[in-house]
Amino acid sequence: MSGENDPAQRVAIGISFGNSYSSIAFTTGEGKAEVIANEDGDRQIPSILSYVEGEELHGGQAKSQLVRNAKNTVAYFRDFLGQAFKSIDPTPCHQSAHPVQAASNVAFKIRDTAEEAENTVTVSEITTRHLKRLRNSASDYLGKDVNAAVITVPTNFSDAQKSALNKAAKEAGIEVLQFISEPVAAVLAYDARPEAKVADKIIVVADLGGTRSDVAVIASRGGIYTVLSTVHDYEVSGFKLDQVLMDHFAKEFIKKHKAGGDPRENDRSLAKLKLECEAVKKALSIGTSANFSVESLANGLDFTATINRSRYELLASKHFAAFARLVTHAVEKAQLDPLDISEIILAGGNSHTPKTASAIQNAFPETTTILAPSTSPTAINPNELSVRGAAIQASLIQEFELEDIDQSTHPMVTVTPHLSHAVGVLCISGDESSGIFHAIVDAETSLPVRRTAIIATPREGGNVLIKLCEGSRHIKVTKPEPKPKQERDSDDDDDDYDSEDEEEELREKTWKVGKVLSEAALRGVKKGAKIEVQINIAADLKVNCIFREVGGKGGVRGLLSGPKVQQNGSA
Amino acid sequence: MASVQVSLPLPVLPEGWSGERDFKAIGPLSHATDRNIEPVGPHFLAHARRKRHKRTFSEDDRIQAQVNVKKVEDDDAGEISELEDPLMLQREAKDWKGQDHYAVLGISKYRYKATEDQIKRAHRKKVLKHHPDKKAAAGEAQDDQFFKCIQKATEVLLDPVRRRQFDSVDEGADVEPPTKKETQKGNFYKLWGKVFESEGRFSKVQPVPKLGNEKSTKEEVEHFYNFWYNFDSWRTFEYLDEDVPDDNENRDQKRHVERKNQNARRKKKTEDTARLRKLVDDALALDERIKKFRQAEHAQKNKRRLEKEAEQKRLAEEAAKQKELEAQAKAQKEAAEKADRADAKKAKEAAKNAAKKNKRVVRAAVKEANYFHSGGDAPPSQIDQALNDVDHIITKIDNEELADLTSKLSGKKNAGEITQIFKDEVQRLVGAGKLKEGEAKSLS
Ligand SMILES: Nc1ncnc2c1ncn2[C@@H]1O[C@H](COP(=O)(O)OP(=O)(O)O)[C@@H](O)[C@H]1O
Repeated sequence: MSGENDPAQRVAIGISFGNSYSSIAFTTGEGKAEVIANEDGDRQIPSILSYVEGEELHGGQAKSQLVRNAKNTVAYFRDFLGQAFKSIDPTPCHQSAHPVQAASNVAFKIRDTAEEAENTVTVSEITTRHLKRLRNSASDYLGKDVNAAVITVPTNFSDAQKSALNKAAKEAGIEVLQFISEPVAAVLAYDARPEAKVADKIIVVADLGGTRSDVAVIASRGGIYTVLSTVHDYEVSGFKLDQVLMDHFAKEFIKKHKAGGDPRENDRSLAKLKLECEAVKKALSIGTSANFSVESLANGLDFTATINRSRYELLASKHFAAFARLVTHAVEKAQLDPLDISEIILAGGNSHTPKTASAIQNAFPETTTILAPSTSPTAINPNELSVRGAAIQASLIQEFELEDIDQSTHPMVTVTPHLSHAVGVLCISGDESSGIFHAIVDAETSLPVRRTAIIATPREGGNVLIKLCEGSRHIKVTKPEPKPKQERDSDDDDDDYDSEDEEEELREKTWKVGKVLSEAALRGVKKGAKIEVQINIAADLKVNCIFREVGGKGGVRGLLSGPKVQQNGSA
Repeated sequence: MASVQVSLPLPVLPEGWSGERDFKAIGPLSHATDRNIEPVGPHFLAHARRKRHKRTFSEDDRIQAQVNVKKVEDDDAGEISELEDPLMLQREAKDWKGQDHYAVLGISKYRYKATEDQIKRAHRKKVLKHHPDKKAAAGEAQDDQFFKCIQKATEVLLDPVRRRQFDSVDEGADVEPPTKKETQKGNFYKLWGKVFESEGRFSKVQPVPKLGNEKSTKEEVEHFYNFWYNFDSWRTFEYLDEDVPDDNENRDQKRHVERKNQNARRKKKTEDTARLRKLVDDALALDERIKKFRQAEHAQKNKRRLEKEAEQKRLAEEAAKQKELEAQAKAQKEAAEKADRADAKKAKEAAKNAAKKNKRVVRAAVKEANYFHSGGDAPPSQIDQALNDVDHIITKIDNEELADLTSKLSGKKNAGEITQIFKDEVQRLVGAGKLKEGEAKSLS
């Protein structure tokens, strides 16, 4: 390691680098993540750069240049980094500098100096400039020169994209300690709260961002996270929600000013419309109504109007429904049922919109907790989830040598066998057909693992049987008693839907007892005593277990050998 | 991790359970799945520390470690690879109503079957290729017409309501019914199966029963045609509406067009219902199974009729035979009765004669016994009395007793002996209660 990368000299922050917004955060001495506001006071800093006569504007200031100086304003570029020109979608840049091809990479043709001539600036260079500004803001705030960071990226960020980002960051004077994925950072942000308890659960992180939406289903097992499935969608996005409002207000404007023309047909009017609509959308996250007000929206005509939240929700309902479908789809893709999901963390700016949360709540059972500002008073700001997770991770690893971090995140360390079934005990009866399975270690737990369970005994004590088995989760569906068919009235247009949710079936999570692993006996157990079962499962699936009476002497030990190694060599 | 708390009790150890040191291994765990854990958080760091033991891993190890890992991210490459018709690429966006949205997105082989996910992937793939910025980069004219066509196609296909409207009139998904000739070449199930599969897309009720094949049962075939004759279709025709003028100036004109559209939709719907009905009629008429079932039914009916007739004949014959037998029996019986009667008459006569004879013998015996008068000729009163008494006795006895009496008397010449026989008879009759004591005075 060279001197400048000396861990002792490191000042590390967390960075979330989004297509629309970026954030920076650091971890305090008490281990609490804090999000840093830039010099404009913004914690959500638009990932936008704009050049006016050679001067570089960044963040919110650059964003307002989208109206007058769109050609020299670069926005929504994150997803272009490390990509070939042929594989990028330029659509988000319709209202700012368009991407162009430079060799096989992506660049922007902008006037970024005081000179008249346009320069071709690569997306890597733009990224470096953006990160430099973020770094400066952080350094100013901390009073220390920030030189390292953990940066969050989407789960489908390729190695090429990461390596390009790594290089761009280095150019900006930032040593990337680690890239961590956005949904996992969000989970970490929640788990790092002092009141959080380590538990086994399945978490969904649903991120409704500006240009795309991403969903990840994550098994959280004793603080170890495994991504089970992901879904990415570029059709469901905050842009689409803005568009709904833009169409609405454009039509209102046309209605009011017959001669005003359509503000969507003029670039500058369109830019004003878009900026204001995003502001209206944000206002509707808190208020039940919001004002739209733009000076000289089109043809020199001012326009003000109001909209209430329910109107907006109605206009955009199909987008909320599409987002909810996406979340359900991700759960299906992980071969799970909505009943398996303990928590859904709503991330991304649009999760501030109450309807985003309620649409998802409706698609899941009551047993699923939705963590969003409108559903939980203790929810973390959805905009800040990634950056908080990144800051916490940065604080955990900032003392390590880069080489050390690299080796610790090597697949030799990260690839682990995961249990295909839950392992647990049979209660009440030793007969597999009538006994009730209780899981001790859940499926998808990374190995090796150790778990302890405390189990009740029969009322009289005596000799007990401890039977270890595999169990698989089973969804029991109870159809309601068929209601007497209602008289069909003449218009049968609308009865399809009603009858469907009337006869809602009852779905429950139960267990099916699978393979029996072992039996053990504990004799002469005291009345009212409890039994402690400790299960250790090694990476080769050898099981080592200890059964004893809590507070009693002795106990029983057992050893189970692993299954035969499969043909292809995987364990 | 806190320990798992289980409040349900463990079972009681069954009688006679035994295991070495009270433990019995039964079977191994199922195989595990290799997955990547996220290198994030304090618990991972602890794991990494344990697992590394300060070892160093190489690039080869990386590849080796990843071989069996369960994949989570999809490959972005799609299954969509349709050739683009050069004419289609020249379309104008304003004519979007006339475009084949599925072809524009390169998913014309999926059409109404395309999933939301497929449409989105197809859209993305097309955008990557046809975005005007890409054309500019390739030095082509900045023409965004086809790009706009792509956007329109996606807009329509991702909106469930608008997609149904388009699917309703998507000729690309139509399968023309085969002609009679084509059908009769022997491909009925294949040709018509496709037609019904395509028509089935309009059904509100899903799944739609399949045409089946020559092995389908009668119930299946009946169910199939019943379904199609009661088809509940969601097909609508507003996609073909004439554009309603958007300005508020000409309200009458607007209302006029709207009314026209309503009527056109209704008319098309009616025509479609009729079209489908005819289609089902045609299929039904060509369906060999129907004939087969009808023949089978016919044969069945015939069989039943023949059986019924045979049964009737058999019954008639049986009845005739029965009647004949009865007549015979009757005749025989009558003959027998007649014979019996004749016999009886003869016997009666014989008996009568015998009785007459016996009576004569008895009476003669009375005379032989000197009218029961001891010593000398009997006085007339005695004779009368004796004869009366004997006649009285005769009336009291039946022919058999008479014959008995006669046989006892036959050949007897001794008056005392004869008298004694009579006296015994009287005694017997009195004992049997047929005569009263002293009724036969001459024998008392
Ligand atoms: N308070 C809010 N209410 C509703 N939408 C918001 C709010 N704040 C941000 N957004 C929206 O969230 C999106 C940006 O979210 P973010 O997670 O930063 O996205 P990205 O990952 O694209 O950077 C934008 O569409 C923005 O309009």
